[in-house]
Order: sequence, then C-alpha cells, then structure tokens
Amino acid sequence: MPERTGMEVSIALSEAVKMCKTDVVSAYPITPQTHIVEHLAELVADDEMDAEFIPVESEHSALSACLGSSAVGARTFTATAGQGLELMHEVMYIASSMRLPIVMALCNRALSAPLSVWCDHGDAMSIRDTGWIQVFAENGQEVFDMTIQAFRIAEDADVLLPVVVNLDGFNLTHVVEPIILPDQEQVDRYLPEFHYPYPLHPDKPVSMGTYAPPHLYIEVKKAQDEALKNSKQIILKAWDEFRQIFGREYNPIELYCMDDADVAVMAMGSINETVSLAIDELREEGLKVGQLKLRLWRPFPHTELREVVKSLKTLIVIDRAISFGGPGGPVCSEVRSSLYEHEGMPHVIGFVTGLGGREVKTSDFKKMVRKGVEQAEKGLEEDYEIVGARE
Amino acid sequence: MMASEFKIFTKRDVPQEEYFAPGHRACVGCGEALAVRLVCKAMGKDVIVSNATGCIEIISSLYPDTSWEVPWIHTLFENAAAVASGIEAGLKAMRRKGKIPDKRIKVVAMGGDGATSDIGLQAISGALERGHDLMYVCYDNEAYMNTGIQRSSATPYGASTTTSPAGKKSIGQYTWKKNMPEIAAAHNIPYVATASVGRPFDLIRKVQKGMQIEGPVYLHVFSPCPTGWRFKPDLSIAVAKKAVQTGVFPLYEGENGEYRLTVNIGELKPIEEYLNMQGRFRHLTDDDKQLIQERIKKEYEKLKAKCASTD
Ligand SMILES: Cc1ncc(C[n+]2csc(CCOP(=O)(O)OP(=O)(O)O)c2C)c(N)n1
Ligand code: SF4
Ligand SMILES: [Mg+2]
Repeated sequence: MPERTGMEVSIALSEAVKMCKTDVVSAYPITPQTHIVEHLAELVADDEMDAEFIPVESEHSALSACLGSSAVGARTFTATAGQGLELMHEVMYIASSMRLPIVMALCNRALSAPLSVWCDHGDAMSIRDTGWIQVFAENGQEVFDMTIQAFRIAEDADVLLPVVVNLDGFNLTHVVEPIILPDQEQVDRYLPEFHYPYPLHPDKPVSMGTYAPPHLYIEVKKAQDEALKNSKQIILKAWDEFRQIFGREYNPIELYCMDDADVAVMAMGSINETVSLAIDELREEGLKVGQLKLRLWRPFPHTELREVVKSLKTLIVIDRAISFGGPGGPVCSEVRSSLYEHEGMPHVIGFVTGLGGREVKTSDFKKMVRKGVEQAEKGLEEDYEIVGARE
Repeated sequence: MMASEFKIFTKRDVPQEEYFAPGHRACVGCGEALAVRLVCKAMGKDVIVSNATGCIEIISSLYPDTSWEVPWIHTLFENAAAVASGIEAGLKAMRRKGKIPDKRIKVVAMGGDGATSDIGLQAISGALERGHDLMYVCYDNEAYMNTGIQRSSATPYGASTTTSPAGKKSIGQYTWKKNMPEIAAAHNIPYVATASVGRPFDLIRKVQKGMQIEGPVYLHVFSPCPTGWRFKPDLSIAVAKKAVQTGVFPLYEGENGEYRLTVNIGELKPIEEYLNMQGRFRHLTDDDKQLIQERIKKEYEKLKAKCASTD
C-alpha cells in the first residue's frame, strides 16, 4: 500500500522520474534545481535507476541533448531554473515544433539582473509562447503526481509535445513535505512504454528538421497550434485516469470556496496555499470570496475559465512576473483577453507581487482583495499595481 | 579489423553506395557537398547524422525533399554535437534495455567551420570531453557561406570576406586561422584527422578508421567553396590539392596522441600558387604573401616535428 513519507520535494520529483523508468537525463546544475540533478545522478550511480545521465556543459546543450535522445525514442527528462531556462530558450521552440515529448521540471526563479536565486515566475513567462504544455504545481504531492502525468501526456501519440512542470524555487524545491509514493505497479499501469512513431534509426531512415519556405511555414505552425490546443482533451483524460488509479483529482483550474463567491482570487503555484488562508479569514469576515488556482497554463483553459467566472463580480489576478511597460502581469492580461467580448464577465483587477522571492503574507492578499473590490466598484486607477515594493 | 590496418587505399576500395543523394541545391563545384558525399559513402548506412545549420543543411533539406538516405536530424546552428550526445546516450540506454535491436550505430555530428570553431565550440568540447561514441565532422570552407561569406575564426589571414573586407585600412581577415583539429586533439580523444576533398582516398580511409573507433573522433575536412573563395567552379579539386601541396592544409592524423602525416608532400610549393587561384586573396601584396609564406612554413615544420617525435 502506498505510504505517506516526509521528503524534500526535489527528491520526490527525482523519485517520480525514476519510477517513470526514464531512459535519459540531461541537465546542468542551477539553484534551486540542483537537488534534482544531484539526486538523479546519484540514483544512476547507485544503479537504482537504469538511465544515461549526461553531465552536459551548459543548459543549451542539456536541452539539445534531450532533442537527440527523444528523437531516437528514449524517454527523456531535464530540469532547470531561471538563467538556465533562458540559455535553453532557442532550443525550447525546437522541442515543441519537432514534436519531441521531453519532460522538464522548471524550478521557478527570478531572472537577472540583479541576480536573484529566489522564486518568481519571470522565467516561466519568458517561455509562454514556445509551444510547450505548461502546468503549475501548488505543493509537493502535486509536483510528484504531475511529473508522472507529464510523461503520460507528452508521449501520448495524439499529443507528442514537450511538457514543463513548474514548481516554485525554494518554496517547493527545498521544503520537506508529506508525499504519498505510489507502488511501481500503479505507475506502470498508468504510464505505458514510450513508442515514438518516427524514431531516428538506420533501419528506417527519416530526415527531421528540414527547412520550410514561406509557402509551407504557416501550415506547419497552424498544425502545431492545433496540436497544442487539442492536447487539452488528452490532458483531461490523463488526469481522469490518474484519479482512477491514484485517487487524486486534477483540473485545469482548481476551485476553492467558489460556490457562492462573487469575488475570486486567481494565482499560480505555491502562493495558492497562502491565498487559501486569506480566503478563510475573509470568509470569516463576511466576504463572499473564493479562489481559482490556475494549473493548466498552456494550453490555456479558456472555456473552463469563462464558465467558473460567470457568477463573479470581481476577479483578482495575482502575477509573480512583470510584463515591463505592458498591460499588466502576463496572467492577468491573458485572463482579461480571454474574457473580453464575452457576456457578463467580471471586472479583472491585476496585482503583481512576490517578485524575486519576496514573501507575500496572508494579510497582503487580504489587502489586495479589499482593494480589488474597491477598484472594481470605482473603476481602475491603473492597469495594474506592483504590491510590496518600498517607495 | 584494427584501425591501423588501413594503410593503403585504392579506387577499388571506394564503396559504391551513395547515402547523400544528388539533386540537392549546392552551387556548382561545391566542395562541401562533395565532402559530405564522400563522408557518407565511407560511413555506410549504420549511422545517425546530426547536422548543424549552414550551407549543407540548407541545400540538402528543403521540405519536403531530402538528400539524406541515412537518418538525419537538424535542429540549430551551434548544437549538433550536443544533439549527437543525446542520440548516443538515448541509443545506449535503449539498447541496454532491449528496446531497440542490439546493433552498433555510430552517431555522426556535422557542421561547417562556423558551427564548429565559433558558435558550436563549447558544445563540441563538451561532447568530446564526455567521451561519447561519436564522430564529429567539420567541413571547412573557411567562412560563413550560408549567410553570405562572412568571416569565421577559420578564415585564413588575408582573405577578404563580407565582414573582413579588404580595404584601404584593411588587409581583409587580420587573424590567423584557428587550429581546430589541435583544439579537438587537446581533449585527448582517440582519433583526430585532417582530410581534403582533393584527396578522396585519404579522406575515405580516415572516415572508415574513425567509424571503427569507440569514443569521440574528430575529422576536419578542407572543402573549397567557389562562390565564397572566388574561383571558377571547375577548379575546386585543383584548389584543394594546391592547399595540400603548399602546406596550407597538411593532411595528418593523430591516433591516441601519435601523429602521422598521411600524405607526404616533400618540398612545399610556393604559396602564390595557392593564393593566386582565388579572388579572395586578390588584393594581397608580395609582402603580404611573403608573411603568409613564412607562417605556413613555420606551422608545417612544427607539425613535422610533432609527427617525427611520435614516429
Ligand atoms: C544562433 C544563430 N546565429 C546565427 C545564425 C545564422 N547562420 C546560419 S548558418 C550561418 C553560417 C554557417 O557557417 P558555417 O558553419 O561555416 O557553414 P557554411 O554555411 O559555411 O557551410 C549563420 C551565421 C543562426 N542560424 N543561428
Ligand atoms: S556557397 Fe559555397 S559551400 Fe555554400 S553551397 Fe555554394 S559552393 Fe557550397
Ligand atoms: Mg563555412
């Protein structure tokens, strides 16, 4: 029977990669991802995991090597954070466009300069449009589960797209949490062997990555966009089967106290736990407030969002990233444009906070909720507000 | 067969098979296309090729056509060696786990001089240092030809290119060619060799030798480019031969640190014979040529000494 074990989340994630019988791990160390690479290297060194560990010389090569191993049909994993992701940037597009189902753990870290190893979502937002499936975890159990789900989703013959599992740097990577580790048999039942349809092999030569003139490029890109959008059906199916085997439920947007809410707070990642505490206190104070935890960032769950916000007057969106000189935080502007032009949609108020590891307390979220409600009534003062910066 | 058994090579030994098909879009007289064709012939079919962006990738792979009859992947400009590392690791894991047939497949990364001695140098160094079972082939046409003849660190001193143009205040390229084979050799890999399309038997023999070696192999192939070097397309082979005879591009191999000249040329021919064939050196004065001559001689003597000391 599966048991609950106290475990650092990075270790739990690595154990998930092991239980998925990953063939190749290619990664380069960067805080706060280091415990993952280290633990995977150890598992391979101790023969607890039958995989090739490639100690690459950079993140650009880390992901490039993943392209190669995935293209021969090997189950492939990498992990990175912040600057490491930026060095991979060019390669990110290749993985998705060439339909290589690599799984990446992204330990969210603020981007330099100034140098910061602490958490925000600036790194994740920089790869928003790279064509990867992108999900965010709230706690250690979700990190573990979503890593297993990621392989299942990525490698599905109707998907064949890479998946990023986002977990907050330090707030998740470095904390010990109770994790229910499944039996190997459960994982095996959930995750079939990987069969890439067109692997590179001399017995059946294929050419991959040929170049496209203008009369073909747009068709290729449209097909890619459709593949990403259509992956949602498979993601929902994969989550449903996960619930059947492991008993835990996953949805594109998780709801908390939403039944009678007319105000809601939407956030991604581990700050959702603090937001929940704020919701509890505000409820006690009589405010009909609920919470929307955005798990599926790409493909964006438009229909689910429009459905759950129907009864709201105000939707407060928390971003842990800035779009400099833009319309607000990336999540907020996305939510706004998803709802605009639809009947009966709530006011959308955006706050940017928690940058570079700055702590955001329950009381801060309560203030944002009250201010958001006020703004919705009076009209926007500004398109967004950066909360927590000393003047 | 032991690698060292390949001493003599004749026309009869050239494989008949072609794995780099005609019909590609290279310029007439392209030395690179010829280099790749010969390399592919020599490699045989049990390979996977990881190709860098550049002329070869562009001329051979306009979707939906392909010249490649062996499995081939192109992703980016600077990462062919890293992609090859992943291919090698993936094959190794899957072979061990019984997921693919238990057959040796040599992984071959290929790139131009820009992809090799400039932007991809780090990835190559990583791949060589980690000891993957792969062969890296640089086809060297001494500039970024695909983007319009810009200089690279492999462009020779004095050559006029679009970003090292000769002018009133400029001799053209003002740096000496980066010695990429030596950089590769410094990784202590089992086999490093230079080769030339002007010496196809020597080239084929070296590829075949490299194919049999377990571990990283580096091959640097001199590949004249009529378009970028400014000579008539029917002179590619003559230019390549002249580069060998003048000592501009000596042919040698280093096997486990032991060096050997594979084509003995005796007295070096005067450098003018090489330079005067090409428009890219047209502006050079006699003094400039003299300077180049001295440098070539010195480098050649150094190489000979190295070969002698390990003989
Ligand atoms: C990151 C990046 N920078 C620049 C380019 C543009 N680019 C494509 S091929 C090339 C030059 C290739 O030169 P080389 O490797 O010598 O190959 P050749 O075309 O001469 O065969 C350049 C600069 C690119 N594709 N990617
Ligand atoms: S520019 Fe030079 S290297 Fe490129 S295809 Fe033409 S001849 Fe070949
Ligand atoms: Mg070149």
